[in-house]
Amino acid sequence: MAALLEVDGVTKRFGGFTALGGVTLHVNTGERFGLIGPNGSGKTTLINCVSGALPVDGGRIRFDGHDITQLPAHQRTRLGVVRTFQIPKPFSSMTVLENLDIPLEYAAHRRSSAADADAMEILRAIGLESKAHLRPAGLTQVEMRKLELARAMAARPKLLISDEAMAGLSSAEVDDILAILFRLNERGITIIMIEHIMRAVMRFSQRIVVLDAGDRIAEGTPDEIVRNPDVETAYLGE
Amino acid sequence: MRRSGGAVLVALGVVALGIVVASLRVNPYLYFAGYVILQYIVIATAWNILGGYAGYVNFGTPAFFALGAYTAVVLIQSIRPPLPVLILAGGLVSALLGLGIGYLTLRLRGVFFSIATLALSIVLQTMIINWEFVGGSRGLSVIRPTGPPFGNYVTFLFTVMVALAVVAVMTARFIQRSWLGRGLAALRDNEEAAECMGVPTLRLKLFATTVSGFLLGVAGAPFPYYVTFVDPNSAFSLDYAVNALAMPMIGGTTSWVGPVIGAVLLSSAQQLATVTISSELNLFIVGVVLVAFVVLAPEGILGLVRRLRGR
Repeated sequence: MAALLEVDGVTKRFGGFTALGGVTLHVNTGERFGLIGPNGSGKTTLINCVSGALPVDGGRIRFDGHDITQLPAHQRTRLGVVRTFQIPKPFSSMTVLENLDIPLEYAAHRRSSAADADAMEILRAIGLESKAHLRPAGLTQVEMRKLELARAMAARPKLLISDEAMAGLSSAEVDDILAILFRLNERGITIIMIEHIMRAVMRFSQRIVVLDAGDRIAEGTPDEIVRNPDVETAYLGE
Repeated sequence: MRRSGGAVLVALGVVALGIVVASLRVNPYLYFAGYVILQYIVIATAWNILGGYAGYVNFGTPAFFALGAYTAVVLIQSIRPPLPVLILAGGLVSALLGLGIGYLTLRLRGVFFSIATLALSIVLQTMIINWEFVGGSRGLSVIRPTGPPFGNYVTFLFTVMVALAVVAVMTARFIQRSWLGRGLAALRDNEEAAECMGVPTLRLKLFATTVSGFLLGVAGAPFPYYVTFVDPNSAFSLDYAVNALAMPMIGGTTSWVGPVIGAVLLSSAQQLATVTISSELNLFIVGVVLVAFVVLAPEGILGLVRRLRGR
């Protein structure tokens, strides 16, 4: 398998604090990739650097044959790097359907006349079609997460970065979201999952990278990660 | 396409109506007051492209308006070009200022952006006060050109303002209904999410500040000929900042209709109050109405209508 995303020695500093100290990793095409680490280990910072929300202080990021290190976020989205937000950020003045029209029109270049039909199809696939004409304020937490995923899907991603899409959800709801992510992966979308819910990451991921204090401390299959003593130390201390 | 064709017809109809009204030669005061109302339609509509569509609240309306007016003054003082040239030049100079504040949005959001625009207005006023060529703090008398196409010059300016209002409203309507308007609404709701969904937020913001600045300058450019005496206090009046914000808020900020409704209602009320009660009552009325709307109908008249229809 060829690498879709290559992160090469990426560093990010906030003032004197080094959030990422030269992280190197790659994600293969079609892979289900897990990114874990204790709070403050740099997972979200890394995702912000990959998606373009934050500029990097060093290193390179390559995606699908392009060097995207300097590209603004909206152009990375158009190339196929799409992320969801830990705290859902819907467009609150628009209906659920209109929320999807934005990425369809701006990232996937669908004409506005055709966008609604496409949006409806995505909502059906994710199970939100009955809420299409509601404002996001009328959605439940789990529906809000689904909207985040649906909107990301509308951008036609090659790589979907799911940033804690399941935090705070009930066990049944977690299974619901997991099933959606599995389906998306089956359709050929590469997925990076950032998650604190170990049950979900371990079940979902084919390969996992563990970050701690801005450095990569382990990589392997879920089984290898569970048995890795360094990971245990990072999470539980000496 | 057919619907926008209809809109063009309506627009041309409004301009024609303006010319008919101008040729009626009713009480000249009505043209004088009508000009102000139309000017506020342009100002409120222009403000709303940035403040309503993109959600960047601009307190610096006087800066843009006065820059249009003083660009005209400079040109009148030097080469005295025809009115259309003054309007275009006033618009372009203000558009440049708009582009400038557009880059401010890179670092300043929310209330900090608003404060910066307010400061901009004060800085610009200070510069004009110290510029003798345009009259400095004393102001400057401007002589109107002779022989306007419609007998009286104020009547002529009235019809010009009708045309400018139509252009401004058509522009706002086009933006709102196009991909530009949808992108601006997305960045108003959540700028970070919009950028991550492929919306080129910086480019759209620069577009909004530039177009908004252009139209505010256009509104200011005929001002010297209208008042025939321009001084910094009247050109940089706080009224413009307050009204530009209050009118769209009262009408409704998410649609092009809102600022038009707000401008017509509020500036008519102000004109009426000026004649019948006192000229000082203007801003008081705006204040009371604005507070009432913010409390009772935060989405303006349009939001109120939508809510009533929904039930």
